Amino acid sequence: MAELTIRESLNKALREALDNNENVFIMGEDIGMYGGPYAVTKGLLEEYGSEKIMDTPISESGFVGAAIGASMAGMKPIVEIMTINFSLLAMDQIVNHAAKIHYMSDGQLSVPIIIRTVTGAGGRMGATHSQSFEGWYASVPGLKVVSPSNAIDALGLFRSAINENNPVIFVEHSMLYGVKNEIPDQYYETPIGLPKVLEKGNDLTLIAWSGMIPLAKLVSTELNKRNINTEIIDLRSLNPIDFELIFESVKKTNKVVILDEYWETGSFGSYISSVIQEKCFDYLDGPVGVINSLNVPMPYSAELEDKVIPNIDRALSKIKELFGF
Amino acid sequence: MSNIDKETARSYLLEMSKIRHFEEACGRMYMQGKIKGFLHLYIGEEAIAVGAISQLTNQDYVITHYRDHGHALARGMDPNKIMAELYGKKGGSSRGKGGSMHLFDKKLNFMGGYAIVGGHLPIAIGLGLALKKQKKDGIVLCFFGDGAVNEGEFHESMNLAALWNLPVLFYLENNQYGMGTHVKKSSAAADILYKFADLYGMPATRIDGMDVLTVQDSAKEAINKIRTNGGPVLIEAMTYRFKGHSMADPASYREDSEVKQWEDKDPILLFKEYVKENNLLTDIDISNIENEVKVIIQNCLKFAENSPLPDMSVAMDKIYYSDN
Repeated sequence: MAELTIRESLNKALREALDNNENVFIMGEDIGMYGGPYAVTKGLLEEYGSEKIMDTPISESGFVGAAIGASMAGMKPIVEIMTINFSLLAMDQIVNHAAKIHYMSDGQLSVPIIIRTVTGAGGRMGATHSQSFEGWYASVPGLKVVSPSNAIDALGLFRSAINENNPVIFVEHSMLYGVKNEIPDQYYETPIGLPKVLEKGNDLTLIAWSGMIPLAKLVSTELNKRNINTEIIDLRSLNPIDFELIFESVKKTNKVVILDEYWETGSFGSYISSVIQEKCFDYLDGPVGVINSLNVPMPYSAELEDKVIPNIDRALSKIKELFGF
Repeated sequence: MSNIDKETARSYLLEMSKIRHFEEACGRMYMQGKIKGFLHLYIGEEAIAVGAISQLTNQDYVITHYRDHGHALARGMDPNKIMAELYGKKGGSSRGKGGSMHLFDKKLNFMGGYAIVGGHLPIAIGLGLALKKQKKDGIVLCFFGDGAVNEGEFHESMNLAALWNLPVLFYLENNQYGMGTHVKKSSAAADILYKFADLYGMPATRIDGMDVLTVQDSAKEAINKIRTNGGPVLIEAMTYRFKGHSMADPASYREDSEVKQWEDKDPILLFKEYVKENNLLTDIDISNIENEVKVIIQNCLKFAENSPLPDMSVAMDKIYYSDN
């Protein structure tokens, strides 16, 4: 067993992909000479050369579309969009084309690309560099969306993504690249669509993904001190989602709180909440709580940012309000 | 201008007439409510699809915009499947899930019609990138209109194609209107759109898109350049759509005199005169071609009419790729 960070496990995943499939190539802004804005692609240019590791101009729509076209012609491109904020410039390609070409051609063509991108706040990067749009992409039929919170799932989900013949949006959180885990020596894959119970408990179900997992663990630790045992579910995938595991947990704990870094209005967490309330209504002791970022553009100041994104104080007070813990 | 033989003359006239009559039939069926949604007719622009696509080989890719019937037919797509697709029937090329703007035929390397202006240009770059990486000889013929030139994706794609030296023929069909807005009201470079290519170091030419032989010759030259040098070329073909932007558009923004002026350059009428003057085809040959086209159109309408409607299992199929 080797201990790897998420950053290192993704680097390993990319190397595996390049080694195992001659059609794989990687493209994106500053992934080669610069070494990758988050250093995930560090060392790859030196090892694999510029045919396989392609630095692109700052033309998000252009190079994402190029990846789509190349995949339609038999290649297996992995694209890095520096942050999910910049993916808005490629939204036409992702939503109008990647997601729909297989359907509109009635299966004649496929778009087997992986788009890696970086989500999340917490880095004091201000209003245009701190957003969490993975829920948007998860709402689009034709796309698959995953977002790991640890190095084991990062490697496992990537291995599943590379075997997909569909467009996969692979969402990495900017604050989690340093998270370290023991990686099993034996080859494994993490299935896309399957949530995971990270901590078992009987009193409250906490649902989160990606950057909200550390907060879920913090909340759980605090509640444990009060003899409240929480069950933490890491969604890992946002589309598809196997809800069975979630329903089982809700039927056991009867109480649910969802942590979602997106704004309150129209959040993916609200969608999860609505599914639970419709399918498990008779099992619920109270409303499903959703804790989001406040409805403001992200302020730069650390003092303010920490209060805008979901935090331990807001989570505990919400849980107290809903369930009296 | 190159001399053509009788067989080529026959083929060009047949293909152009097929598109013209197909589109006219579409217009009638739209008025009857058989075809719904958006319907963009290619009438007036036939010489471009026929002349340019005639110069391709099977391994080359074609990708185009939403006014795509002409390109699909010229590439050899089955008129029956296209018409059934427009009717929203199960016998359509995408079993009724694509519609007029989204025709695809993978077997012909016809990589689709795309309906977000400029959106398919980056995809064309990707097809070219794949050809290069796979060390294949093919090229990508990418059609787009004058409206797309004002999209960022046009410039991003021109830059990428030139930067990476990709085998792409950028084919600008300048019919002078982006929906209802004249090119002069939408581009600061309206008179010299093809010159954008200069900035990217790309060979470019502007041609008369109403003459199928001019289209043929310039496409041949451009494709030779691409096959020899690997890098992209741009052609701007001056043309005109005789009908409105779509069936929903009465084209009230155009003067009758302007339409008349272009109708006088009707590519099919001009070509008929040419083939007769040059003793390539007789009146009887032409009349035979027209009869042949009539049968094709009658058959495709019959096929579409008789094709069953899709059921909901079709709607829920091919959202994602699956092995089973």
